[in-house]
Amino acid sequence: MTLLSGSDTIQELTIEELRAKVGTGMEIADAEEHMLLSMGPQHPSTHGVLRLLVELDGETVVNLAPDIGFLHTGVEKTMESKTFTKGLVLTDRMDYLSPMSNNLGYILAVEKLLGVEVPPRAQAIRVILTELARISSHLVWLGTHALDLAAMTVFLYCFREREYILDLFEMVSGQRMMVSYFRPGGLWRDLPEDFIPAVRHFLDFFPSRLADYEALLTNNPIFLNRTKGVGVISAEDAVSWGLTGPSLRASGVKWDIRKAQPYCGYEQYEFDVPTQTEGDVYSRYLCRIQEFHESLHILEQALDKLPDGPIRIDDRKIVPPPRSELGHSMEAVIHHFKLWTEGFKAPNGFVYQSVESPRGEFGVYLRGDGGPNPARVHFRAPSYVNLASLPKMAKNLFVADLVAIIGSIDIVLGEIDR
Amino acid sequence: MTPGQIALRALIVGFIVVLLFITGFAYTTLLERKVLARLQHRVGPNRAGYIPIPTRGGKERKFLAGIMQPAADAVKLFFKEDITPGRVDWYIYNLAPMLAVIPAILITAVIPLAGKVPGLVPDPYNYFAVAPGLNVAVLFVLAITSIGVYGVVLAGWASNSKYAILGGIRASAQMISYELAMGLSVLIPIMLSGSMDLGEIVEAQKGFWYVLQVPAAFIFSIAVLAELQRAPFDLLEAEQELSAGFNVEYGGMRFGMFFMAEYMKMASLSAIAATLFFGGYLGPFVDQVPALGFLYLTIKIIVGLLLMIWIRATFPRLRYDQLMNFGWKVLLPVSVMNFVIMAIVLVLQEEGALQPLVNTMVGLFGG
Repeated sequence: MTLLSGSDTIQELTIEELRAKVGTGMEIADAEEHMLLSMGPQHPSTHGVLRLLVELDGETVVNLAPDIGFLHTGVEKTMESKTFTKGLVLTDRMDYLSPMSNNLGYILAVEKLLGVEVPPRAQAIRVILTELARISSHLVWLGTHALDLAAMTVFLYCFREREYILDLFEMVSGQRMMVSYFRPGGLWRDLPEDFIPAVRHFLDFFPSRLADYEALLTNNPIFLNRTKGVGVISAEDAVSWGLTGPSLRASGVKWDIRKAQPYCGYEQYEFDVPTQTEGDVYSRYLCRIQEFHESLHILEQALDKLPDGPIRIDDRKIVPPPRSELGHSMEAVIHHFKLWTEGFKAPNGFVYQSVESPRGEFGVYLRGDGGPNPARVHFRAPSYVNLASLPKMAKNLFVADLVAIIGSIDIVLGEIDR
Repeated sequence: MTPGQIALRALIVGFIVVLLFITGFAYTTLLERKVLARLQHRVGPNRAGYIPIPTRGGKERKFLAGIMQPAADAVKLFFKEDITPGRVDWYIYNLAPMLAVIPAILITAVIPLAGKVPGLVPDPYNYFAVAPGLNVAVLFVLAITSIGVYGVVLAGWASNSKYAILGGIRASAQMISYELAMGLSVLIPIMLSGSMDLGEIVEAQKGFWYVLQVPAAFIFSIAVLAELQRAPFDLLEAEQELSAGFNVEYGGMRFGMFFMAEYMKMASLSAIAATLFFGGYLGPFVDQVPALGFLYLTIKIIVGLLLMIWIRATFPRLRYDQLMNFGWKVLLPVSVMNFVIMAIVLVLQEEGALQPLVNTMVGLFGG
């Protein structure tokens, strides 16, 4: 293969040398005629630091290999040297667009390992916050997906609404993004007083904003041209490639962890699992748009029947005592000291807990060995699994379609590389 | 006038007009950024320069904040280090920005800027332009805008970058898809006015603007967007696909020249569209005070620019093959049909064959 070059030198590479250079083990169909394009890790629309190695015939994608690991932070290994409570903050950093879902998955796994059940108020608040997180994450998806297709205005509109949700998160946890609000055995604190009215206000204005986005995209002929029939994956393929979340449901498989294996009392809420049949970029778009409405519906119900009561369990071996007790109870001081120096001990054994994150099934495998640190943690990151089907979807399409497909499977590199 | 005088006049007027357009280019960028920001709930550039307006509270209001932004941008572009990437085709790499920007400037030569302003327009001509009385002005515009694409294609080819070459290839494909439709839609005003002189075309619109010939005006507007590589046809610099397309390897003022070419072409093709279809410098009282023509043309140019900005804020981008389909399978047949029908109607009108029809209509609907 001859690399395109100017006046001075021409670099000749054999196919074997090229393959070694490429480093992803990708099949190269025709190294003489086709162009190898390295998209990313610095590229406007690979949603972070994804590198795609693309073999192009003109503008047609012949072969494609995702190359990941540029954002590897060693979260899973690091957690083995942190207590269960301290490991929580690392989960915020994985799927940074929806840290609430990560927190929830991890915390539920810890609670499952300890065998504790949190009070109903804490469960309802967890539902409210994860559904808000789903909306905010889908807003980022919608904005960036539209931006990938060059509809730049939608992007800024979406971020305006997302900002409101982030303010809500700041209200409850003091942080906009890295919330770490759910704790083993309950929550960090109770909801502030003005939180509920603020969420109600959001529920009032958000549907009309959603109608605005739909007016800009859903029936726009250019958008339809760009998305319909692009990146199709059939239901069987989607299942066998392990797709989850909206990307799976767009192919017609009705699978949602919230319905299939309810957690946090999701069985008490009425909501639909929106599905589409086509399995293309447009149906993935429609699926997520409908999920906005379903999340709003869940939020309304959760706010209506938010129970009163404690937000933490009353087990002093897991949950630290309230501040007021520290002044007069020696036992409380000891518990406090033990929890913040050593942490609580988890029994020997392993659990797997999955939650429906905005991107699909977020699973946590957690093994305890009787000590205060997890012996092994592994996350099933939905983006990681969903990304694997990208080469299949993008084959024989154009570069522009590739960009649309990456947007439609909604990946977060922090979660993929962990 | 002697040829020497004509040349001298054209030089002086041309110098002034080009300066105006270059300033206009700078402020077009500001206009785009400000209007786009407004459409997207942002503020836009507001740091560089403002006009202070004192208020009673003692804190002054900042009027037209960001007014010096173009100057700041220009200074930045001029003083940036001029990097030439390795293994580029040096001559073509340097030639390409010039090839892009020179045609953009040349178009301004034939735009009729005003009517017969006393003292400014020499005798045989009856409108004001840098080069008045060019009897193939429309062809000149078509030819010059086509040359502009060489700048883009050569930039893509010479930069030794894969993204750039994809952008360059897209540019040439886009060009051949739109030139024909554009040329055919330009024929309508030529047929209606019987002249290829842009000034004559404007003068012929005194009764009615040719925008009434809706299909041609519409096709021309779309083709202008494609010609300008503006959204939704900005495939060749598709940021999300090709990072920046053909100009990805350019920096400093070389990049600035591509930028300048695009925005100057925006203004000058708005002016051409106004001239061909929207009555150019015509407007109320322009017969009594011909100098008003400058104002009317400026207003029409700004309206055209605002339309382009609005379109950019609204639409997603077309795909490469969809754009070619649209150009060849939709725009071209429609413009051919439009052209043929128009030609038949005109001939029938000339032969008086339409008179009975007109009489019936008058009879039906009353005079």
